[in-house]
Amino acid sequence: MANSTTPLREIGTELAPAPPGHEHGTLTAWIQDLIFTVDHKKLGFMYLGMGWLFFIAGGILASLIRLQLAVPNNHLMDPESFNGAFTMHGTTMIFFFAMAMVFGLANFVVPLQIGARDMAFPRLNAFSFWATFFGGCFLFLSYIAGPGLYGTGAAPDASWFALAPLTSRAFSPGNNIDYWSLGLLISGVGSITGGVNVMVTIFCYRCKGMTLYRMPLFTWLVLVTMFLVVMFMPPLSAAQIMLVLERFFGAKFFEAQAGGSPVLWQHFFWIFGHPEVYILVMPAFGVVSEVIPVFSRKPIFGYPMMVAATVMIGFISAGVWAHHMFTIGMDSFSVTFFAFATFVIAIPTGIKIFNWLGTMYGGKLRMEVPMLFCIAFLFQFLIAGLTGIMLGCAPFDWQLNDSYFVIAHFHYVIVGGIVFAVFAGFYYWFPKATGRMLNTRLGLWHFWVFTIGFHLTFDPQHFLGFLGMPRRIYTYQEGRGWEFLNMLSTIGAIIQGIGALIFIINMFWSAWKGKIAGDDPWDAWTLEWTTSSPPPEYNFEEIPEVRSRRPLWDLKHPEDPDWKFE
Amino acid sequence: MTESALFTIFVVAYLFYLGKSLNPPYPREVLEFPWLGSFFLFGSSATVVVAEQRLKKGDLGGFHLWWLITALMGLGFLIYTGAEWYHLIYHDGLTLSTNLFGSTFYSLVGLHASHVVVGLILLTLILVASLTGNIQHRHHEHIQMISWYWHFVDGIWAVVVTVVYIIGMQS
Repeated sequence: MANSTTPLREIGTELAPAPPGHEHGTLTAWIQDLIFTVDHKKLGFMYLGMGWLFFIAGGILASLIRLQLAVPNNHLMDPESFNGAFTMHGTTMIFFFAMAMVFGLANFVVPLQIGARDMAFPRLNAFSFWATFFGGCFLFLSYIAGPGLYGTGAAPDASWFALAPLTSRAFSPGNNIDYWSLGLLISGVGSITGGVNVMVTIFCYRCKGMTLYRMPLFTWLVLVTMFLVVMFMPPLSAAQIMLVLERFFGAKFFEAQAGGSPVLWQHFFWIFGHPEVYILVMPAFGVVSEVIPVFSRKPIFGYPMMVAATVMIGFISAGVWAHHMFTIGMDSFSVTFFAFATFVIAIPTGIKIFNWLGTMYGGKLRMEVPMLFCIAFLFQFLIAGLTGIMLGCAPFDWQLNDSYFVIAHFHYVIVGGIVFAVFAGFYYWFPKATGRMLNTRLGLWHFWVFTIGFHLTFDPQHFLGFLGMPRRIYTYQEGRGWEFLNMLSTIGAIIQGIGALIFIINMFWSAWKGKIAGDDPWDAWTLEWTTSSPPPEYNFEEIPEVRSRRPLWDLKHPEDPDWKFE
Repeated sequence: MTESALFTIFVVAYLFYLGKSLNPPYPREVLEFPWLGSFFLFGSSATVVVAEQRLKKGDLGGFHLWWLITALMGLGFLIYTGAEWYHLIYHDGLTLSTNLFGSTFYSLVGLHASHVVVGLILLTLILVASLTGNIQHRHHEHIQMISWYWHFVDGIWAVVVTVVYIIGMQS
C-alpha cells in the first residue's frame, strides 16, 4: 500500500534531489503529482473538486431552465436547447456531482476511519477517478459537437432517463444520445471499479479490533452503498450497450416494430435508477450519522438498528423500481406489489430518522454549522420521504407522475437531503483535510441563504404539480395560474445560487486564511481525528488497535472507556 | 457480482424476447447444441485446476504444460464459436439486426466470448511470464485469482448454454 511516488516535500532535499522540472513547489511538479497520484486523500480531493465543477455547470443549466420558466411564453431558450438543458442538468448533477461527492467523501474518509493506510487497490483508485472525470468531459464535449458553437451542439436531449423509442436512430438522428450512452458507459466503469475497491478495503483493511460492528456508521453506509454500486450500475451499462448496439448496428432491443418493447428499457433503466438514488443518499445518511452524535455529545442512538435498517434499505431498494413506471400500463398485481414495497422501504428509513432524533434528545446540542445543515436535513428529508410515500400510492401517481410534484419530491431528497448533508460533511471534515476551519460567519450566511433559496425554489413546485404543470415543458401559456409560483421558484433558484457561491468563496478563503484546526477541532470520537490535520501521506505511523466504536473517546477518557460497556 | 449483474440483464433480454421475433430465422431452426465448444471450455476448467496443483507442488514443467493446454482449449472454444457464427451469418442469414433473436443471441453470446478473449489474454500473459522464468511457486495465489476468473467465465457459459440452447431451442 505504499505510495509509489516520492512525496512532494522530499523532492529537492539532499536525500532526493529533484529531477529537472520537478523542483519543489513548481507548477509542473504539482500537476504531475496530481496526474500520477494514487493517494486516496488526493484522489478524494480530485473527486470532490470535480464534483463542485460539475455542480457549477449543472447549476448554470438549472438557472437557465428557471429563467426560461419564470414567465409564460418566454423565448429565452428554444425547445431543443431546453430539452438539452434539463437532460444535461439531470445527468450532470446525478452522475458527475452527486456520484463524485459519494466517491470523494468515501475515498478521503473511509481509510482514515478504519485505520488503513490507503485503499486496497490504489492504482485502480486512480483509474476509477480518471475514468469518471473523462466520462464527464466526454459528455460535455457534446456541446461543441454537431452544429457546435453556432447552436447548442449535440447535447443529449432525451431526458436523463433516455426513454426508448425516443432514443432510437429514427427519432434521435444526431449523436446526442451517443454522447450520453458512451460518456456514462465510461464513467460507469469508473464507478464500478471504485465500488469494488472500497468494498475490498472495508472488508480486508480494517485495523485490529475493528469488527464490522465497531465500524463508524459512515463507513457502514459507504459499504452498503458500494454494494449497491457494484450490483446495480451494471444494468445501466448493459442497457446502454444495448442502446449503442441498436443505434449503431441495427440491433433490435427496444423497437416495437420488430416485436421488441420500449418498456424493457424502462425496466432495465429503473432497476439501475432506483438503487442509484439510494447510492446517492446513503453516504448522506452516513455524514448525518457522524455529525449528529458529535454535536449532541451523545453516541448514536441504536447503532445495531441503524446498521440493520441500512442493510434492509439496501435490499428493499432492489425491489421497488417499477414505482417509476406506474403510468405505463402494468397489470394491477405488479402495481400493487411495487406500491407495497415502496411503503415498506419507508419503515427502515423512518427508524433511522427516529434514531437521529433519539440521539439529539437529551444531548447537549452544539448548534454549529455542520449541525445546522443536519437539522435542516432531518426536516427536509422527512418531507421528501412523505411526498415519496404519497407518490407511492399508485392512483396518486397516476395524476401526478411527470408533473412538477415529482420534481419537487426528488429535489427535496437530492438537494434538501443529499446536498445539505454534503455541506454538513464539508464543514465537518474540511478541517481534517486542510488543517483549517471553514469560516463560521460565512458558513452561517451560506446556510441561511441556501436554505431560504431552497425552500423558495421547491416548495412552490409541489403546488405547481397539483395545479397540473407537467415537467419538461419549455414554456406555458398565461392564465393557467402558474405564473406566480414559477416566478417564486426562479427567485429561489437565484438565491440558492448565491448561497452556493458563498460556500465556494468560503472554501477558497478558508483554505488560505482559515483558523488553524488542530487534530480534533470538534472533540470527536472516530479514528480520522487521531491523525494530524491534514493527515500525513501514510495516515498512521502505527496502525491503531481499537476496542470499541469510539476509539478516540477511549483514548481521551481512559477512566470511562466505551469498551467497558460492550 | 458486478459481472453477474451485467450478464443477468442480457439473459433477461434473451428470455423475455424468446418466441417474440417477428421474422425468421428462429432458434429452433438454426441452433445446434454446442457439444464441442462446451467440451473445450468445461475441459479447460479441469486442466487449469491440474495446472494450479502442479504449481503448488513446485512442478514448473507440469504447470507450463497444463496451463498451455488450458489456453489452447480456450482458443479451441473461440474457434468453435467463430465457426458457429460464420455458419449463422452466411448460411442462415442471422445477424445482430435480423430480428430480436439475433440481437439478444449475439449480444449475450458475444459478451461471453469477449470475456473468454480477456481470459485468454490473461492466460497467455501468465504463460509468457512463466516461460521467461518469472513465475515461481510463491505466486500460486496470484495464479489462483486468474483461474477463478476462468472458472467464472465457464460458469457463465453453463448459464448461456442452458438459457440460449436448452431453453431457446424450444422455440
